[in-house]
Amino acid sequence: MGSLINALPGAVSQGLVWGIMALGVYVTYRILDVADLTVDGSLATGGAVCVMMIRAGVNPWVALFAALVAGGVAGLVTALLHTKCGIPAILAGILTQLALYSVNLRIMGGKSNQPVSVDKYNLIVSQRYVREFSLSNPIIPIILVLAAIIGILYWFFGTEKGCSIRATGANKSMARAQGINPDNDIILGLVLSNALVALSGALIAQYQGAVDVNMGRGAIVIGLAAVIIGEVVFKKIKHNFAGTLTFVTLGAVVYYIVIQITLLLGLNTNDLKLITAVIVGLFLALPYWKGKVSDRRSRKGAKNA
Amino acid sequence: MLELKNISKTFNKGTVNAKTALDNLSLTLNDGDFVTVIGGNGAGKSTMLNAIAGVFRVDEGSIIADGNDITYLPDYKRASILGRVFQDPMMGTNPNMMIEENMALAMRRGQRRGLKWGITQKEREFYHEQLKLLKLGLEDRLTTKVGLLSGGQRQALTLLMATLKKPKVLLLDEHTAALDPKTAEKVLDMSDRVVEENHLTTLMVTHNMKDAIAHGNRLIMMDAGHIVVDISGEDKKKLTVPDLMALFSKASGSTEANDKMLLG
Repeated sequence: MGSLINALPGAVSQGLVWGIMALGVYVTYRILDVADLTVDGSLATGGAVCVMMIRAGVNPWVALFAALVAGGVAGLVTALLHTKCGIPAILAGILTQLALYSVNLRIMGGKSNQPVSVDKYNLIVSQRYVREFSLSNPIIPIILVLAAIIGILYWFFGTEKGCSIRATGANKSMARAQGINPDNDIILGLVLSNALVALSGALIAQYQGAVDVNMGRGAIVIGLAAVIIGEVVFKKIKHNFAGTLTFVTLGAVVYYIVIQITLLLGLNTNDLKLITAVIVGLFLALPYWKGKVSDRRSRKGAKNA
Repeated sequence: MLELKNISKTFNKGTVNAKTALDNLSLTLNDGDFVTVIGGNGAGKSTMLNAIAGVFRVDEGSIIADGNDITYLPDYKRASILGRVFQDPMMGTNPNMMIEENMALAMRRGQRRGLKWGITQKEREFYHEQLKLLKLGLEDRLTTKVGLLSGGQRQALTLLMATLKKPKVLLLDEHTAALDPKTAEKVLDMSDRVVEENHLTTLMVTHNMKDAIAHGNRLIMMDAGHIVVDISGEDKKKLTVPDLMALFSKASGSTEANDKMLLG
């Protein structure tokens, strides 16, 4: 138990920083109704751009913004492959993701790993201070960034353009009948989503003190996990759209705590991907099983009546 | 108002499954015409409406709306002059959004959508009044998600949304076919009222001969992608179902009456 409490600050801050990524996944998976696999690539792109710029002496906040833009461009490529070339969204994402592996290696100067030390550079977040009660604790800037993002998303999806994207995601024939060009909305949504994912990647790289070309592998699954855990765990609480977004980020935190517990139970980090897949599979199946059980109950009830 | 000049459409062209849905069809709608469209399954009724709406491009011919050639305009650009209600009640509205948000989307048809707030307080009052006219009690449920409404309620809402911004042409594609008879009648009455109040040029596809006779000022019958009967004015008022059956048999060259057309 003691070791779990000891591990908690790390799990929470890691969950929060991945929460930004989960918000990106929420935009595509839930609002736009597109399963976008670009994120496995754009997460590392964000990390690579940010770390290389910081190493070149650029201000970390500027580097963070550059990462955001780079992610947006990655999303744009997927969106154009999908809307202008007629490639199914899931394949378009896979293509971009594959291409990004090479692009990321280029950005990282041909190395698969590039460190960025908190001793040498003035990083925004670092794992090292995660147990400190001070302003350099990474949880503080992460929560500030998260709050700003949730605020912006809440505002944006209330605007005319945001409403149009929501309409496109839910019902394309309706959107078209109301004079909305779904292609434009899909492009905007994918750009926005991957920009957030890259921003998250940039913060993750700083947090870990290095960027790795493989850091995005399976990212989509973690994003989905956060979205679904957030929905399942906090379903009972009445909330608005900002609440939904908050719960998605908290979903990422829950995910990392669960991971932490399984590691403490003796499984090692090599098993992480397997554990992740099992956890996400369970949370995906849970609503389905629940539906079946209540189905059977109501059928039994009907028989007895 | 709307002119279809010799339009043709063949699906799966050049394959064994080729099907000519519209065959050199011409039709001119005058301002304020309320035309009911009947015909057997596969006669091309819905295809004609979809051609007007721009769901696909016609192979030949041209479509002129209000003096503008819209033949090559994509559907979302035609939306500014067209109001559409689909057969499927689920198609015309967005289930995940509130009633007022759906209406706000329709209110901005044909406008650029920017970063202004998606719905204003003044609009809400307007929507409240408009919904009151439907007499379904929806005016007090502005923030209800549309997914929670019944099929009839959704169809009534779609109709309202299609006419919030007065369209040049209103397209009703069997919009009561999926509703129970009582609700269907209500929605039809509503359609009559909306069309009359706004003096809308309207095309209404229906499977029900009685409805086709009872509504509108003009009736056309389609068969194999053509218009085979076109009746308006006094002649239409005198029309009966047996008359229509006879016309149908004569036009399609078969004595086999379509059950669906009879029952409806």
